[in-house]
Amino acid sequence: MSLFADAFAWLFDAANWAGPNGIPIRTLEHLLYTLVTLVAAGVVGVTLGLYIGHTGKLRGAAVIVTGSLRALPTLGLLFLFALWLGIGLTPVIIVLAILAVPPLLAGTYSGIEAIERSTVDAARAMGMTEWQILAKVEIPLAMPLIVSGLRSAALQVIATATIAAYLPLGGLGRFVFDNLSLRRWDAVIGGAIVVTVLALIVDGLFALLERSVVSRGVRAARSRDGSAAQPARKSVAADAA
Amino acid sequence: MSWVFANVEQIWELTLTHIGLSIPPIVLGFLLSVPLGWVAHRYAVSRSILLTVSGLLYTIPSLSLFLVLPAILGTTQLDPVNVIVAMTIYAIALMVRSAADGFGSVEPSVRQSATAIGYSEWGRFWAVELPLAGPVLVAGMRVVSASTVSLISVGSLIGVSSLGYLFIDGLNRQFTVEILTGIVATIIIAVIFDLALVGLGRLLMPWTRSSAKAQRRRAAARVEVAA
Amino acid sequence: MIQFDHVSKTFPDGTRAVDDFSLTIPSRQTTVFVGSSGCGKTTILRMINRMVDPTGGSIHIDDDDIATLNPVTLRRRIGYVMQNSGLLPHRTVIDNVATVPMLTGVKKSAAHAAALDLLDTVGLDRALADRYPAQLSGGQQQRVGVARGLAIDPNILLMDEPFGAVDPIVRRELQQELLRIQSKLAKTIVFVTHDIDEAFLLGDNVVILRPGGHIVQAGSADEIISAPADDFVADFVGANDGKRDLTVRERNGRRVAVDPSGRIAGVLRAEQPSDA
Repeated sequence: MSLFADAFAWLFDAANWAGPNGIPIRTLEHLLYTLVTLVAAGVVGVTLGLYIGHTGKLRGAAVIVTGSLRALPTLGLLFLFALWLGIGLTPVIIVLAILAVPPLLAGTYSGIEAIERSTVDAARAMGMTEWQILAKVEIPLAMPLIVSGLRSAALQVIATATIAAYLPLGGLGRFVFDNLSLRRWDAVIGGAIVVTVLALIVDGLFALLERSVVSRGVRAARSRDGSAAQPARKSVAADAA
Repeated sequence: MSWVFANVEQIWELTLTHIGLSIPPIVLGFLLSVPLGWVAHRYAVSRSILLTVSGLLYTIPSLSLFLVLPAILGTTQLDPVNVIVAMTIYAIALMVRSAADGFGSVEPSVRQSATAIGYSEWGRFWAVELPLAGPVLVAGMRVVSASTVSLISVGSLIGVSSLGYLFIDGLNRQFTVEILTGIVATIIIAVIFDLALVGLGRLLMPWTRSSAKAQRRRAAARVEVAA
Repeated sequence: MIQFDHVSKTFPDGTRAVDDFSLTIPSRQTTVFVGSSGCGKTTILRMINRMVDPTGGSIHIDDDDIATLNPVTLRRRIGYVMQNSGLLPHRTVIDNVATVPMLTGVKKSAAHAAALDLLDTVGLDRALADRYPAQLSGGQQQRVGVARGLAIDPNILLMDEPFGAVDPIVRRELQQELLRIQSKLAKTIVFVTHDIDEAFLLGDNVVILRPGGHIVQAGSADEIISAPADDFVADFVGANDGKRDLTVRERNGRRVAVDPSGRIAGVLRAEQPSDA
């Protein structure tokens, strides 16, 4: 347990909070990588997901791609792209984005698929154009699952960005890899703790966001003791891991 | 390619190590999450606690977990046990939710009629709930298996050998073939595990075979976003 | 007037849902398609607002061939009410009713004011305007559905088993409400149901369909009950099993009509000469 005590001593040492290799700067770097990746992956994943969800086309292909990407070893992919594209930020962002696309894609199209067919049918029957159906019906109702996909993607990226520091790159992984070979466990574990706390905070923020994008009307349906509303809630929650 | 043939022995050995590290977390994860998932399904309070805790555990980045565990377990930094325990924690974190959903997917009318014809709660679990939750459990295990096999290699960064060694060595030697070999070997393991799980599911749940496609689709939809 | 000329529909999977269907639906009356599930009645209904496009034949509304009209524009001038109300769950009652007018560019305040009037028309308390669909009963949701269908003041109102999912008592209320609204507004209503009694109650014209959208008999309720075209119709309307038979009996010196279950359906009177 003294390892923990040392790690906390390292964490609360003011020297580790200052300068370009301080915890705040490294955290900002880490968040910056995450943000850039999420924007890139979001454009691709959400757009594709909306297309698949709205048209029902390519769904089978999406399931296969999503499933097989999961089996790809992150570490190998990261190093492979680093060799191909050279050490730097670009290969890392590409790999992180590849990892972030599947949850975003799956969250988006399953969010649309979870909408009652009759709701979309009625929207079309009353004269909404396909774009209006997407913008006024499908996206608002799928929003909680889209955010849930974003949340999974963000956590995945935060974790993998730590590994990317091996390449070498900035971010919180630096604390781990700079000190691992030196066997300075206080800094290694301290760095690991900072990453964990960051992940938990981001997770919590997304959890709040996820809750706030549920429309009030849908929330009313859930809180109501309707037999139809109950399973819907369950399946939405089930997908939100 | 010639590198692969020249190093077949080492690759095979790393593959076996990789498999050896992957199987315990997958099996342990299943054995521990099924009862936890059942409890989560059965009692509303435990559901929110268990699902929240497992959600938080899953949030911890793998590298952090590998590094922090020795401080908790009292193991050395290079001990493979760290990786096995960490992967088991992830497996449980993923699987408890799937198991709870699986038990939740059993039609209440089926459960009630089982009680009505005289099953005890214990008997009903084995004879009715577990088999009917089966398809969702299998779908969950497929996710667990794929992510375990892929994440094990991260352990090589802290010195626990597996196919991940090929990634690090390949990077240091600037040798793409070595990295690609590691990736392909990892995928092959993942695919074999996946086929084994599907096969096991069909073997144990013959009634799902006829509608296997529909079942798969439904079960897959449940867990798709999970990872 | 809606005119079907030799319309057919074969779905991509090869099912022939509608086969050579021809019919003229008169304006400002209620026409009811009735038949068991799979007879193609919903497909025919959905062809009118181009939710389904026929694979053969043509459909005209007044003088326009609808195949030449933009589907979205067409749908915006035809009201549509469906079984599970199809209300947008994330919008309030008032916003649901005002949706289509606002799509066509009506200002929000004007659309809301009109929507409130429509709530009166369909017999809903204005206090429900700010509720969400999930906070309403099934019957109330259907009323909102009808109000939404009427929001653009369409000439044509399509109703696809609108009262199919509510309980019998509420269904009777909604049917009466629809009769009242129709007597006031006189829309061209095309109504789909599998309930023959509902068809006879609501329909000025009743069209009985067999699978493939084949018309077995079309006419008023009177015509169909008094002269069923064949055994299928007689069976369907219950003329064969005596369900609609009334017998005349003497009770306390008066002649009464008795239904098959033995209940008195009414008292018979001789028709009085008008000059008496």
